[in-house]
This record gives sequence, structure tokens and C-alpha cells, in this order.
Amino acid sequence: MLLIECPFCGPRAEIEFSYGGPAATRRPDDPAQVSDADWVDWLTVPENRAGPVPERWCHAKGCGAWLTVLRDTRTHDILDVRHGA
Amino acid sequence: MARFSFLELARQALSGHQGWPRHWRSRELQPRYDILIIGAGGHGLAAAWHLARDHGARNIAVLEAGWLGGGNVARNTVTIRSNYMRDDSIPFYVRSVALFDRLTRDLNYNTMHSRRGMVDVLQTWGMVRDRRRRRLTMDLHGATYRPMSVPELRRMVPPLTGGGPDARLPILGAEFHPDAAVNRHDAVAWGYARAIDAMGVEIHQNTPVRAILRGADGAVTGVDTPRGVVRADKVALAVSGHTTTLTETAGLRLPLRTINLSAFVSEPLQPCLDVIVNCPDLGVYLSQSDKGELVIGGATDLGQSFRRDVKQHVFEETVAAMLDLFPAFRQVKMLRQWGGHLDIAHDASPIVSATDVPGLFVSAGWWGGYKAIPAGGMCLAHLVATGTPHPLAAPFGLGRFRHLDYVLEAGTTTAR
Amino acid sequence: MAPERMAQGGRIDRDRVLRFRFDGRGMTGHPGDTLASALLANGVRIVTRSFKYHRPRGIMGAGVEEPAALAALAGAQGQGNVVPTTLPLRDGLEVRSIHGWPSVRCDLGAVAGLVSRLIPAGFYYKTFMWPDWHLFEPAIRKAAGLAPVPDTPPQGRYEVRNAQCDLLIVGAGPAGLMAAVVAARAGARVMLADEGLEAGGSLLARPARIDGAAAMNWVAAAVAELAALPNVTHLQHATAWGWREHGLVMVQERAPDHRGLIERGWRVRARHVICATGAIERMLVFPGNDRPGVMLASAVQAYINRWGVRPGRRAVVFTNNDSGHDVARELRAGGVELAAVIDSRAGASADDLPLLAGQVVQRSLGWRGLRGVEVAPLSGGKTQRIACDLLAVSGGWNPAVHLHSQSRGTLRWDDTIAAFRPDRTAQPSASVGAADGRFGLHQALQSGAGAVAAHLGLAMPDIPQAEDAPYRIEPLWSVPSATGSKAFVDLMNDVTLDDIALANREGYGAVEHAKRYTTAGMALDQGKTGNVNVIGILAGLQDAAPGQIGTTTFRAPYTPVSFGTIAGGRAGPALLPYRHTPLTDWHIAQGAVIYEAGARWRRPGYYSQPGESFQQTIDREARTVRQGVAIYDGAPLGLYAIEGPDALRLIEHACTARYGTLAPGMGRYGLMLTEDGLIFDDGVTFRLAEDRFLLSASTGNADAVGLHLEKILQIDRPDWRVRVVNLTQQWMNATLCGPRARQVLARLTDMDLSTDAFPFMGLRAGQVAGLRSRVARVSFTGELSYEINVRQRDLPTLWDALLQAGAQDGIIPIGSEANHVLRVEKGFLSLGHEVDGTVDPYDLGMGWAMAAKKGDFIGLRSVRLRRASGLARRELVGLLPEDPEVSLPEGAPITPGGRREASEGLVTACVRSVVLDRWVGLGLLLGGHARRGERVQVRLPDRTIAAKVVAPVFHDADGTRMRE
Repeated sequence: MLLIECPFCGPRAEIEFSYGGPAATRRPDDPAQVSDADWVDWLTVPENRAGPVPERWCHAKGCGAWLTVLRDTRTHDILDVRHGA
Repeated sequence: MARFSFLELARQALSGHQGWPRHWRSRELQPRYDILIIGAGGHGLAAAWHLARDHGARNIAVLEAGWLGGGNVARNTVTIRSNYMRDDSIPFYVRSVALFDRLTRDLNYNTMHSRRGMVDVLQTWGMVRDRRRRRLTMDLHGATYRPMSVPELRRMVPPLTGGGPDARLPILGAEFHPDAAVNRHDAVAWGYARAIDAMGVEIHQNTPVRAILRGADGAVTGVDTPRGVVRADKVALAVSGHTTTLTETAGLRLPLRTINLSAFVSEPLQPCLDVIVNCPDLGVYLSQSDKGELVIGGATDLGQSFRRDVKQHVFEETVAAMLDLFPAFRQVKMLRQWGGHLDIAHDASPIVSATDVPGLFVSAGWWGGYKAIPAGGMCLAHLVATGTPHPLAAPFGLGRFRHLDYVLEAGTTTAR
Repeated sequence: MAPERMAQGGRIDRDRVLRFRFDGRGMTGHPGDTLASALLANGVRIVTRSFKYHRPRGIMGAGVEEPAALAALAGAQGQGNVVPTTLPLRDGLEVRSIHGWPSVRCDLGAVAGLVSRLIPAGFYYKTFMWPDWHLFEPAIRKAAGLAPVPDTPPQGRYEVRNAQCDLLIVGAGPAGLMAAVVAARAGARVMLADEGLEAGGSLLARPARIDGAAAMNWVAAAVAELAALPNVTHLQHATAWGWREHGLVMVQERAPDHRGLIERGWRVRARHVICATGAIERMLVFPGNDRPGVMLASAVQAYINRWGVRPGRRAVVFTNNDSGHDVARELRAGGVELAAVIDSRAGASADDLPLLAGQVVQRSLGWRGLRGVEVAPLSGGKTQRIACDLLAVSGGWNPAVHLHSQSRGTLRWDDTIAAFRPDRTAQPSASVGAADGRFGLHQALQSGAGAVAAHLGLAMPDIPQAEDAPYRIEPLWSVPSATGSKAFVDLMNDVTLDDIALANREGYGAVEHAKRYTTAGMALDQGKTGNVNVIGILAGLQDAAPGQIGTTTFRAPYTPVSFGTIAGGRAGPALLPYRHTPLTDWHIAQGAVIYEAGARWRRPGYYSQPGESFQQTIDREARTVRQGVAIYDGAPLGLYAIEGPDALRLIEHACTARYGTLAPGMGRYGLMLTEDGLIFDDGVTFRLAEDRFLLSASTGNADAVGLHLEKILQIDRPDWRVRVVNLTQQWMNATLCGPRARQVLARLTDMDLSTDAFPFMGLRAGQVAGLRSRVARVSFTGELSYEINVRQRDLPTLWDALLQAGAQDGIIPIGSEANHVLRVEKGFLSLGHEVDGTVDPYDLGMGWAMAAKKGDFIGLRSVRLRRASGLARRELVGLLPEDPEVSLPEGAPITPGGRREASEGLVTACVRSVVLDRWVGLGLLLGGHARRGERVQVRLPDRTIAAKVVAPVFHDADGTRMRE
């Protein structure tokens, strides 16, 4: 059970959060201008490093903030938490 | 290879078992092979066996970062079944179950294969519908589900005393899957290893691959290891969890993420569960090993992880779910727990595929991959040997992502 | 008093007598006893038959390390696999030995021992293959499994508590207590957990001195000081069994002082952890090292000093290190005749002891119990026999590094103590005392105090005066005579030195291979006394150092922990909380069969009337909607208010339809897609004003839709000015439907209900039955329909008013089964049926809902990309079984020609239509839109059903009924 430091509520247990998946790069403003291959890559290929990986968590059973959490997938060490992207 | 049998066991006993040969040998790493298989887990070893047996390939090396059979083949719940939902998946698993059935004889190594069946305990109408759909589709491909009444279920699984009419989720019915089996996972890995060693395939443990090497034309030329560069024109990856770590060294991005799945066993008990019991509404499944331990599994952890550990809340939910149906197990003690990491594809279905890098093949995305070992190995071998997908694995090519033409066995794509 | 109980000494209360039975024999013990000490005091030598060879086994340890003995408790407190050395003795215990038949003293299974040459490690991999494993498995299974399965749940309950602390100190021996005292005095929030019945650790078992007095005086003072401090939580009989990420340590408290509570689990979130977990003595590996009468030296010491029990009359000590010498002295002091001290170190000396240096025990002698030992020089030479009934063995000490390792700390091999000790930490923590390989008492106190001082930034405090006993060791992993005989490395799993050697010979020399091939270390004790011997043996076989062999993974739990403790109180509704609408109780009172709909809402499935069949009930309810009027509990429908200057942008980004053209007071149906271009949800969105909308979501997805919208706003579009408020539980609707709905509603409101004033898809605010209401004219049934939204607390009032107002029109409540019939007749999609996560809007013939003109929205790019590939899709069709009286099972596949091959579609729903008086179905069929009029075959295992492909609407195709 991770301990995630919500910027608004302080350190809270993982069970208060909803997982929102790996954090993709920002969604293209006009996807129609993106090539098929680039779109498929953006959509289906996550960052999958054995190391720090950005991911989204929503403090759903708390303040409702969507957070971007930089977590090391080898150790669970949380290196950064910020509100929004 | 000394053939295993009772007679041989008796003969060796006379010499105090001093005469047994090694099941696999340690050898010099050669500078070049025809085929390199990365990962001496279930899928890698099975692929090597099928390459050697079905396709006559001999000049093969299996490179393993740690000890052979130390990946997910050592960390699963040995549940072998074919109760899938879609036409793309069922035939593959039907074949895998059939190959498992004969593995002991094929390998001359007792895998203690026990075709004891699995019963799905159904507690919501949605799950009843889901299982009916599976039953009717499975029938098209020779896999079997049989609806079962609640009294019949309770006779089959005596400790299942929860889920009565007043329970939070009363049991509505059950489906019995007689094809399901359990066996001894280490024996599967060791049996394959011993058999391929006898056919001349080399297994190199403690040989981690640091990078996949490509030539000027982009094609694979070999791999880099701490023991030196090893050349081959064909490299096949079967390294659950670590697939992207390796493919990225070849500049190849794959729609996979690595997640953790854990399991646990109880203290040994006298026999009380003769079948595998799966409770999909509560998210727990269990069986009893020949040693008497209850082997229990549940949901995957959220988030990516290479940690091979246990998330306490996921684990607690699994235990609480089990106790809701098996209240007498409250005083039974947990003996051991562990995690393993697997990679899951964007559409949650496996990938057995050639890649954009000529000569590089991957077998990945196995979520519940233990049951897929024989067929996965067979299909990977076929692909590496012939360059074309085996018909059973044709739906599992990487090409499907190009058109977002997913195989949605789980009915969903992974979270984004 | 029991025969082997000493007249005085020990920490037991001789004034009180506890009575218990062992295999039917009445015995006595005292408060302070464990089951093991009481059994030994009563002269019990054999308590267990071993797993594989059925060899007699006695008690060998004194705590969690116990490598051999197990027992079962019968009766109301019944449980199996009880470790006698950790079970506090209770009055009335009914104890049974394990694995003996007919009795543990005369075990017929012992014939397994006679064929033992045939069953070395891994023998089962090599045989039982012909003709089939199935023939052998039942017998093998029967032989396995030690304890019977409990057939009833235990009496009492379990609970789980959460706790936070600055410092969690695990172990209340000298190092842990010292650490706790220093931390507590400094004001830190301290939690101290110790697995023993009382604090003291190793001091409970040996006559040590602190500050010139008995060490237990210091322990008592420390415990009293901690008890008086408000910042300390001290748990005894509480094992820290698992260490997860982020400082989460799981503790199992076995005897919480609370009535009815069996055990309590603790989730302790600690900023810093001090591992003061002590050390565990190793066995020595020699032939017959399992014979009852062979015990760990530390256990012998504990039985004499702590429990006042003589574990034998004439003792031999066998050691490879200094700690055995102290035990020899204490044996003598306890009145046990000391026959010899066998020390494998050639240079060992002790003037006061009958020491045989450089010698080893070649084998133990005896039948069921120990009668003597055969001793010879390690370097070879003449053997001699020494009579004894107790052999105390010490193979050296292993720091208990389990917790440290679970936290992902690393280990290093230390030749000076011949053991693995903690190296680098992975989480904020320190190991102190014996757990860090500092076996002296002074070292323990100093490292305990020092670790806390360093962590809290204090000056090193003064510590009490104590002496370090010398500790020198020369490892002895096995004696030379151990090969070719039964010299055990794991007693519970009956693994011998020969098994390890065989594994190594056959290629299983990696420590994980050896463990798995032989099962060494995989029994209940998890190899606490034997695993390092295995590593040492493998090192010898491979001519390597133990550090190169490495350890197997230290997995949780440290000691077995009950599932009840892990789950705590979670069961039934506490495990799966459900939601009820303000009307759920009313539905139940009316005899409704309750279904659990999406998001765990309890809502009516159907209201059966006496004498009605299920089908008759559904027909009646559905027909009433088609012909009269009915109401439906729509409370769980998801509802969001979306407001702000960018509200329209958000909705058009998240939904497929166009809303900019929508007039205030009107709504439009739309779909929500995933970015993969697959349907995720559907619903109607109303415009209240230029910048205010109400978005409805399906019941099952209501929460997910809210998360989804917030994610868009907070992650992707933080610049958009929109507020999303979840109204699902604030506003709840009763749905009034049927051709007479208007006249019923008119009786309760003065709103103008004419189609001109209140058209289809309109939303009007006003009073209904005197309640503030929002009425939406939308339809999921295809009939005239009003969703009347009121505040949650008003819903029962509205419901009653509607029933009264509709009485003269024959109004009835309907459930979700009838709703299902009605929506299938109309071909309206249903999540979980047609929408199974694989379809896009075009598949369902809903391309019209894709308002591409408005520009990009979520899912559009992917839908276009996929469709551009031209791959054939499964598309929504209506299905009319050729025989109108035959239904199509939901989920049944459609196959080409009805053959038993891969399907080309499936039946998603099939109902008995009340308007057509026949079965009608919906399905997804490959290229289905172009196949209308075709005959297809639904394939069942035993037959096929022919059906005609038609448009997916069976009633009022142009929708006049809901619009008029």
C-alpha cells in the first residue's frame, strides 16, 4: 500500500486513490494532424521503464485532485507528486 | 540422458543415487548460434524444445539472466484452463491444455499433471451471463463448461459453506470446466530444460542480455552480455516483464506495461479441495497442492511495477473474499507469499510476433501465461523457424495495433 | 508436579496448575509454560512423526525456530499445525500428536523409512509416470497435509487496526528495549512489538547480568518505564510478519486483551524501523540429528532457565562455537549430568568443562529416543560412544535478517561470525544487537541505543553496564560421516545432506534450485535453523564461499499468520458495501426480487404477484408500459452538473454529439468513447442555459464518468473554466412511462405537458406533487415517458403521489427485467449486452451520433483510423427466430451455416416481445448491416436455431409514440 503525498491533503494511503494509468505525453491538440503511426504510438505505448515512471492518480476518496506521480517501478520510491499534468 | 522410470530409480538406489547424470550441462558460450532465445522461463524453454523437436533446429542457445525456471514459471498458481470467451483465444488455450496433458510423457519428467477440473462460483447475474456466453463459444472449439447446481457445487467443494441465501452475494450457480488442471511448475521448467539439453540446445544461466544488437541494415545480429557478444540472425524474447527493457535497446517500442501479480499458500492441510475453485465475482481462486497447501491468487496490483512484491490491500481483499466463501479457513495460516511481474499489452491479449526489427521475435503480454506455456512455445518456435505465424497465434501479432484491431478478451483496454 | 520439572527456578507460577491432555494422557503445567515446556516437563519425547519418512520427532527448539515438532489442538479451539514452542499453555487444552497412525509411538507409516533409498529428493519427478500420474496422485495426496481442515469457523472475531509511529521497534530483547527506552525518553512516538509472551528476548533464557544485577530486573524496569509513557505502544505476543513498501509493517497480535477477539492485525506505518529481532541458532548436520533427545543448545538453555524443566538426565553438548560452552555450564548448574562437550574446533578449550576439542558427533544412537552418541575426531580416528539422553547442539548463530530482507535490504556474508548479516538498508531502518550480528550483551545495548540516537540526532546516551561473552566460531556445515546416511538439513520436510548432494550432482546447485528440488526450507518453519546449513553445504560441494551461493528470498510471513487476522473484520456487507435507493425497502416490502445493478445498487428486478410465473410477471409489467402507465425507480442514474464558460467545450470534447446547437431546456443523446474509439458510456445531456448543462451517465459508470471528466479538466485542459458537480445522489428520478403517463402527471403538476410546450427531449423545472422537480421527457422504453427528478429525500413522497395519482389508470411499478424487454423491442443499446467494450458507434448503426462537423473529440481519431483499414466489423442486427416460440440464449454464438467453427456473431439479448407476442433478439453479426433478410444459425452444443436478420427495432420504428 503506497503512501502518496497529496499536495492538498498530505500523505495518504493508496486505498484513497484511483489509479489513472501511465501518464502519456500531452494529448495532441489536433489529432487529425498526427500520423496514424504516431497516434497508435501515443495511444498504446506507455513509458515502461524499470525506474521512475510518471503516472496518474486521483485522490478520489479525498479531495478529488488528479495528480501526476513520479514513481520508481523498482522500489516504489515516489520522487515527485504534482497536481495536474 | 538417463531415462527416468521406476526401474531406473531402483537401479540407481543400489548405488546410492551416485549415478544420476546432470539434467542440464554448463557449457562454453559460443560466439555464434543460429537462434538465440532470451529467457529460460516456461515460454523460452518450451520454444527451444519445439524448435529442436518439431523444426530440427539444434544450434540454439537459451540465455537466462538468473537461474533457469526462475521467472513467472516459478511464481504462478499452476492453473491450466481454456475457459476463454473469444474465438481468437479459445483454440490456442485448448491446444495448450492438450499439450500440457501429455507433457510428462513428452519430456519423460513427471510434471504431476492433475486434470482435476475447475469450478466457477457465480454470484451475480452478469457473471452467469458471461459464463453462459463462454460456455456456448467454448463448445465451438472443443472446450467444455458444464452448468452446475448449487447443491452439486457444495457437494463437490465441501469447505465452501459461505454464499448462502442470506449472504451478501448468494451463490446463484456454477460452471464446471473439466479440462482444467494443475501440475508442478518447477517440473515443467526442469523437464523442458533436461529435454532440450539432451537434444543439444545450450542453456546459459547467469547470462543477462544487456542489449540487442542490430546491423547496418537494421536486422538483428546478436546480443551483448557480460560474457561477451553472442551473434545470431534470429533472436526471440520470452522475458515476461522485461520485454520492453530489452526491445528499447533495439529502438523498438511495444504496447506493454509491466505489472505485479502476487499469490500465496497456506500451511499444509489434509486434502479438502479436489478441484480448482474460481470465484470471479469476488476475485479469488484457489486450489490445493499435492503437499496439502492451499494455493491462492487474486487481482493484479494497480500501476506498473518491477518489484515482485505484495501490495497489502490487494492481498487483504483477496483473503477477505476467500473467507466470505470459506469461513472455516479463518484459522488456517498463510505460510508463504510472493509476487511476480508480467507485461500486459494494451488490449490485454498476448503478443507472439515478429517485429519491425528483422530477425527479432517476441512472446510477451502473457497475463496468466503459465497455462499458455506449451502452445506459446510451440507458436513462437513455429514463427522463428518458418517466419510465418502459427495459425493458433495469428490473432496475436503486433500488426493488430497498427489498425487498433484489438483482441479484447478482457473486454477492455488497459487504463490510460 | 511433572516429573522433569525442577523444584525451583524459571518464570513459571508453580502455585497454579494447568491441566491438559496429550493424546488422551492427563498432564499438568503452570502459567508461564508453553505447550512445549509442559510436554518436556511431563517427560514427553515424541510429539510428531515426520512428513516423508515417518520418523519420530521431539521438541528441538524453544520458539519460532522449532524445526521438528508440531501438534494439533482438538475440541472447540481446534486447529492443526500448532507449534508447541510458541503456544502458551492453557487449562483444558486437548492436544494431539500429528501424523502418527495408529499412534505417534507406533507408526505404521514408518515403513516409508525402510524404502527410503528409493525416495531421494525429487524421486517423484522420475517415476509415477506410467501409466499415469492419476493412479498415484490420490495416495500421495492422502499422505500429505499435516493438519485436518477445520470444519467450522472459530468462535470470536478478528480485527485490523491502523497505526502510525515515528519508530517501530521489532523485538523487546536487550537491544530493542534499550532502543525503545532511548526513543521514548526523547518523546518520539514509539511502537514496540515483540513475538514473545513477555519482554526480555534472550535474557529470559540465560542468567545474564546488567548493572551488576539479574538482567531481568533491568527488563522489568524498562518495561515499566515504557508502560508509563503516553507516547509508547508496547505489544507482546505480537509478531512483525511482513514489511511492505513505504514503511508499512504488518503485525499480528495473538492474544489481544479484549473479549471475543481472537487476534488483531496491525498495519503500522513507521517512519523508521529498528530491527532488534535477535538471532536464531543453527542445527548441526550429522547422522540421526533428528532423534528425539537432540535439541538446540539455546532451547536446552531456555528450558532450564526459563521454564525450570530438565530436558534430559545426562547430556552431551555438541558445538562449533563458544555459545555451547555456556549452555554446558548451565546444564550442570541445573542438575543435569554433563557427560561431554564435543567441540569441532581443534583449538577450543575450557578448563572447567569435559571438553573433547576437534571432535564431532558421528551419529546419534537409540531407537525412538536418544541413548547415546558416537564421537570421533573431525580429522578421523578412533570413535567412542558416550551414553546420554540429551544432546544439545549449536551450529552457530544466524542474525534474524528476515524483516530487513523483506524491506529489500541487502545481506553480506561475514566470515567472523560465519553468517549473513544486514548490509545496506532499503527503507529507513537499522538492525541492532544480534539481528546485526552483534551477539554480546553490551553490544546489544550499545547498538540499540546508538541506532536511535543516530536517527533522532541525540548524543549517545549512557547505557547500563554489561559484559560481552566471547563468540568465536569455525563453521561445520556437516560432519564427514553425514554422507550416505540420514543427516537432516530440514527436519519437517525430511531433507537430508544426501538430498542436497544429489540435487547438486544433477544440476540443481543454484540455491533456489536446490531448495525447490529438495524442498529444503519450504516447511512450516521455513528453514530457520537449516537454510544456512544448506548454503554452507552447497558452498562446500561447489568449492565456493557461502556468500557466493547467496540466500533464497526471505518471503513474508516471518511466521505463519492466520487468514482471519489478515482479513480482519471484513466480511459480507463490510467486504462489499452496497447502495440502496430511498425506495429499496419499499420494493422489498412489495415483494420485488432485488437485483444488484451496476455500481452495487440494489434495485427491483421484477415484482412477482401470487400465482404468476416469471414470464407472466415480466409480460404484465412490460405490457402495462406499452398500454397503460407504470413507474420505475431511476434513482441510481448518474447525473452531473457541468457549468462554466467552457462547459460546452468539455461536453463536446467528451461526448460524440453536438451540443452547441442545443437550445436551453432541451437535451440530446450522445455517446462517450474511450480514446481507443470504443463506446464507454451513453446518456442524454441537457442544456439548462448557455453555460450550464446536466449530463446523465449510466448507473454502472456514474463514478467512472466523473473521474473521466475531472481527468480531462485537471490533466489535459487546466485552462478550461468548468465546474463538474456530481448530483447522482442529490437528485433522483422516478420514471413515469406509458401512453397514459401524461394524464397521470397532469394530476400532480400545473406544468404545461402538451408536446408543443414540453416536447420530447425537453427538460422543465417546476412543482410535481408539491415538490421541487426537474422533469425530463426522455424515453428508454419507447413510450411517452417522464423522468421526474426530485431531491433524494423527496423521492418516497413523489413515488407515493405517483402511485395514488395513477391508481385509476392502473399504474404499477416495474423492474429492470421489464425495462430490458422494452428496450430490446426498441433496439436501444444496453451496456453489458450490446456494448461489451468492443463496439464503436457505427457498429451499432449510431454513426449519426458522431458529430464530426464539430471537430475533434475523444475517440474520433481512433474510430477513423480503425475504420479506414476496412476490416469487417460485427454490427448490430435484429434477430427473429424462425420459430416464434423459441428463444435465443443470450451469449449464444452465430456460426456460418450453424457449423461448429469460429463464430461470426452472437446473440446479445433475446426477450419475449409483448407487442409482437413472440421472441425477438438483438445480436452482433459480422457485416450485419448489409445482411438484413438473411437466415443465420445460432449454434448451441446440441442443436442450431435458425433466425432471420432484421433491423434492430421491433416496435414503433419511427419513434412517434415517445415523441407525441
